[in-house]
Amino acid sequence: MTEVTSLWSYLATSPLIWLTATIFAYLVADGVARHLGNPPWANPVLLSVLLIIPVLWLTQTDYTAYFEGAQFIHFLLGPATVALALPLWDNRDTIRTSVAPIVLALLTGSIVAAGSAIILARAFGLPTEVLLSLAPKSTTAPVALGISEAIGGIPALTAVLVIMTGIIGAVTVTPLMNLLRITDWRARGFAVGVAAHGIGTARAFQVNPVAGAYASIAMALNALLTSLIVPLLVRWLV
Amino acid sequence: MLHTLGLLLGCQLLGEVAARGFGLPMPGPVLGLALLLLIFSVMPTLTERLRPTTTVILANLSFLFVPAGVGVIGSFAVLSEDVIALLAILFLSTVFSMLAAVGTFIGVRYATARWVP
Repeated sequence: MTEVTSLWSYLATSPLIWLTATIFAYLVADGVARHLGNPPWANPVLLSVLLIIPVLWLTQTDYTAYFEGAQFIHFLLGPATVALALPLWDNRDTIRTSVAPIVLALLTGSIVAAGSAIILARAFGLPTEVLLSLAPKSTTAPVALGISEAIGGIPALTAVLVIMTGIIGAVTVTPLMNLLRITDWRARGFAVGVAAHGIGTARAFQVNPVAGAYASIAMALNALLTSLIVPLLVRWLV
Repeated sequence: MLHTLGLLLGCQLLGEVAARGFGLPMPGPVLGLALLLLIFSVMPTLTERLRPTTTVILANLSFLFVPAGVGVIGSFAVLSEDVIALLAILFLSTVFSMLAAVGTFIGVRYATARWVP
């Protein structure tokens, strides 16, 4: 019994177990999603989270301990963002011919993402702090946290809302676009990149490489635009 | 693989330095992305050396969001009593934003297509 306890106390303090657990959870989640033909509701991020959470509860592991191991995966988000340069480069010719749709769709998508969140939050009577935390939810996490802090939101709440927005966008984009009979992969990818940042972009790559490239552009440009637009919208709408 | 990782991390590092150094509103990795595009335009052959590793990374992009996703469920307490309202707002706002973007994209393409010979 003491041997088991000491083995567990070693594992619990080592990054190895949660790093391994995260990889296996994802392999299972992604395997299931692929087996089902990648339906929108079987989002691999969401499925992995649903596999890991019960294990953390059962072993009474807090998030800090989990993150000791998972941080190595989280860290790769930085270089992965840089790597999006390759699909953008591959699609440079079609991108050059759609500069006008890109710029204007970026403007409307970004303004509606932040503006509708603010207006809805007011309609629901949410506290101002929560409303301010909600405004930058459609942009990539590091930018959203910075904006939230600058305008008086709660960065920890913004972090949660950003990830939830990403999952909602990734799950809803395919049925929504199919319903509207939109067949242009550029437009479909761009929309999910503006509204649902990296998680939406990951979904776009899952479906179609051109959609992935356009989602990448939208995400990258929206990181810039949101930081300019949200403070202005907050001044007008709050 | 190491060449690719070195170049990706190098671009990110320079991006972080630029973002913090000049107080830019963009995150370091996004500036790193722009820098890498610039490098590609000077050395187009580099893309083929980067392709194998980059393809693996981008094919598993969802995987990289799992740690942050676990953090979300762990901090459900932050959402407190507003959780239903917040979920409704996130859903509606995300759908509205996608509708606005896709509508504009298709509309502008259609409008400008007539001007292009």
